[in-house]
Amino acid sequence: MGTNDQNRSLPHGLRLVALAGAAALTLTAGLATPLDPAPQQARAADDGKKVLTVAVAQSVDSLSPFLAVRLLSTSIHRLMYEYLTNYDPKDNHAIAGLATKWEPSPDKLTWTYTIRSNSKWSDGQQATAEDAAWTFNKMMTDTGAATANGSYVGNFRKVTAPSPTKLVIELKKPQATMAALDVPIVPKHVWEKVSDFSEFNNDKSFPVVGNGPFVLSGYKADSYVRLKANKSFWRGSPKFDELVFRYYKDQDAAVSALRKGEVSFVAGSPSLTPAQAESLKGADDIQVNDAPGRRFYALATNPGAKAKNGEKFGDGHPSLLDQRVRNALFRAVDREAIIDKVFRGHAVEGEGYIPPRFQDYFWKPSASQKLAYDPAEAARLLDRAGYRKNGDGKRVGKDGKPITYRVLCHATDPNDKAVGKYLQEWWGELGIGVRLNCLDNVTDPWLAGKYDLAFDGWSVNPDPDFVLSIHTCGALPATPEETGATDNFICDKKYDDLYARQLTEYDPAKRADIVKQMESRLYDLGYMNVMAYPNAVEAFRTDQIKSITTMPAKAGNIYGQDGYWSWWSAVPADSGGSSDNASSTGVVVGIVAGVVILGGLGAFAAMRRRATAEERE
Amino acid sequence: MTADATPALVEDEQRTAAGPRVRRSSAYPRYLAGKVAGAAVSLLAVLVTSFFLFRLIPGDPVKTMTGGRQVSAEQLAAYREEFGLDLPLWRQFTDYCGKALTGDFGTSYQFRAPVVDKITEALPNTLLLTGTAFVLYTALGIFLGTRSAWRHGKLGDRVNTGLALTLYSIPSFWLGLLLIIVLSVGIGPLPGMFPTGGMESGGEEGFAYVLDVAHHLVLPVVTLVAVEYGQTLLVTRSALLDEMGSDYLTTARAKGLRDDLVRRRHAVPNALLPTVTLIFINLGRTVAGVILVETVFSWPGLGGLFYQALSVPDLPLVQGLFFVFAAAVILMNTLADLVYPLLDPRVAR
Repeated sequence: MGTNDQNRSLPHGLRLVALAGAAALTLTAGLATPLDPAPQQARAADDGKKVLTVAVAQSVDSLSPFLAVRLLSTSIHRLMYEYLTNYDPKDNHAIAGLATKWEPSPDKLTWTYTIRSNSKWSDGQQATAEDAAWTFNKMMTDTGAATANGSYVGNFRKVTAPSPTKLVIELKKPQATMAALDVPIVPKHVWEKVSDFSEFNNDKSFPVVGNGPFVLSGYKADSYVRLKANKSFWRGSPKFDELVFRYYKDQDAAVSALRKGEVSFVAGSPSLTPAQAESLKGADDIQVNDAPGRRFYALATNPGAKAKNGEKFGDGHPSLLDQRVRNALFRAVDREAIIDKVFRGHAVEGEGYIPPRFQDYFWKPSASQKLAYDPAEAARLLDRAGYRKNGDGKRVGKDGKPITYRVLCHATDPNDKAVGKYLQEWWGELGIGVRLNCLDNVTDPWLAGKYDLAFDGWSVNPDPDFVLSIHTCGALPATPEETGATDNFICDKKYDDLYARQLTEYDPAKRADIVKQMESRLYDLGYMNVMAYPNAVEAFRTDQIKSITTMPAKAGNIYGQDGYWSWWSAVPADSGGSSDNASSTGVVVGIVAGVVILGGLGAFAAMRRRATAEERE
Repeated sequence: MTADATPALVEDEQRTAAGPRVRRSSAYPRYLAGKVAGAAVSLLAVLVTSFFLFRLIPGDPVKTMTGGRQVSAEQLAAYREEFGLDLPLWRQFTDYCGKALTGDFGTSYQFRAPVVDKITEALPNTLLLTGTAFVLYTALGIFLGTRSAWRHGKLGDRVNTGLALTLYSIPSFWLGLLLIIVLSVGIGPLPGMFPTGGMESGGEEGFAYVLDVAHHLVLPVVTLVAVEYGQTLLVTRSALLDEMGSDYLTTARAKGLRDDLVRRRHAVPNALLPTVTLIFINLGRTVAGVILVETVFSWPGLGGLFYQALSVPDLPLVQGLFFVFAAAVILMNTLADLVYPLLDPRVAR
């Protein structure tokens, strides 16, 4: 035992560490050679493929278009499957997709679509009207298949395909959104084999048959989604050979990956922070796209939660039922300060309900109608409404207690917290307290009506029907126990009448006029205060992407477009840019570092051996 | 040199070797049965807790699941039936327990996939990351802790403990970001050498895939090792310092045994018990992953999955993960309990 011990040149622990370290370093040095630092570019150089890599943070909920609701998943479906119609990237108006033409019957209850004859599934079969009819019918008859897009077929009476190029949809009542059916059309011959639509996630067998500009060729949960260019896409093949969505759960890491050239594009979730955007503006080969956004950022009041059956629930503060109080609160919100201080200029001051990028429907209040920032007027309004200050300078409610509003905010959104602090200051000066209730999951108290005010925000589609519909009485839950489509329990007869009129108005200009009247009504009611339209702040590498289509074409965004324009149109840059240089330098340094450290370990081991040899002597 | 060992020490060694065998034969089975039974009861408690604890989260999971979308009453009813939420609580509980015992934790609300599939998908990734880091930081911690204690008060000891305390105090998230900036993106003349995140580049196969994953593994492992090794170092150092004044070490030295041998063969084994406890606790935590490091390096492991499950909340997934995490800790603690008597027979008495 003892003899063996003495003959060992290195103690056991040291040998273990040396072995582990040497293995790790050898591995690292070796790995630096073929793989580092920009794997996509390195591979592109190897096999000549042009790969566009996009950093994403959101997990795919499902790759089945019947189940997926998240932005990333639905964006991928836009790339995999053609919809009946698409949106023009210049001005968002409906253009041809799988359908080349669509027209209503004189009674407005039957729509006939002409299906193009030059769209093929990636397995070579022709895409026909039968595929579209089967897709819609499946959603109408199978609750599992209605999970994601069931609302689109809620007003459908019957869908048929009299011929391969003719699709007929009969409606229960007229609806003006028939050119905005954002439903992926799937190949019947593939999907009719699915037995349970509520469980089939479309993520096991690749490539997935589709007819969009890209074909899904690989997926690994929370690692990557890989799509190959569909060379036979009817509109023309994408210029990049592959499109890869890679996961970066931390936004700063995603920005680092862009700097390094590991990804070509980063959008953040939903935007880069002002600090990230500023830091990237001076970087080489990187372009920051600071585009007008499609979202609005608002503060909503609880208007007294109630169900369609009239039953009230929740515990919203009763003072907020008074329009003067709501107006007073919003007159004490300095929207300009929010744009400057919170969004650091990466947003536009909010007014109407629909952001200005949707020009047809954009509305702003007249000077006399506008609830401009005016704290003195806000105080007068509160006085007039009977909410006066007590001896402590606090406004008291009808129950004699000082008013403190609970404001529901998203714990993951730093903007909510920052604006909340300003509200505490501004409303505090009015004598009103604010308690921020920042939660990871705001849905539960929201649906239960257990809040006074809440930070609210929606992305608006080119067709505004959805965001308008969520304020109708019809969107209220049937009973307090059920879930409605309502955003905020708003129910106003005048608004509802206008909503019904716009839905049946097939003349675009007249419909836009009614929509603006709805926005005006919503503004006057004061339940929603749109504070800002945040910009879409994103960045891409100009040494990897030569050009890319924004939507709208002039000053628009790239990620999350209505359509597939950005990734379909992206043109690869001629050179690999600086990442290749970094790669070769990285290899050299990696190897040198590995050799130096291994040498150090060897020297240490030799010294140890000499020491033990001396001891032996 | 062994031949020169004093009869007293040889006798002592023989006693130590023979003693446990005699005692283990009588006390160890009872001790073992007690520990295993305790673990089983704990697992059962975890099963019950995981069901009721997450039902304290307010709200209806189906409403949460469909929030923001227009869903008919029929569809809601179908969801409730699909996920068994229309059943009385006691039925849900018995169903849950019955299925859980067969390894079925239901279907994830958000991913529409069996919970077991989601867990088995992410578990190897977490084990690869935390397991590699565990081996390295444990080896490094024990080695440096032993060295520090043996030469306590010297410059090497002060540097070692100071560095370990500093790194242990650094938030892993921050250190990870720092490593990304320095070693991944590159700074000044230093170019980037490692990927900024993820577990693989995608599209690699065979040995190239293994290399690719190993390459992605380096920075998260370095982060974990840097932050974690200090704990093992300090515990080992402290335990060994307690042993340093013992008579048997003086005797061993007096016999003329080499210092290195005295440390490895006599002092360290006797001082190892607290370190073993720590090792097993860390092994248990290994399954739970390290959420922050997984996040900053976008590692597709259990930590990230748990965060996603909680934010919905996706009850079946939360319950399944909670059970797996707790079971791992219980299992490892039980294993530690079973190993103790082998190191110190007095434990099993």
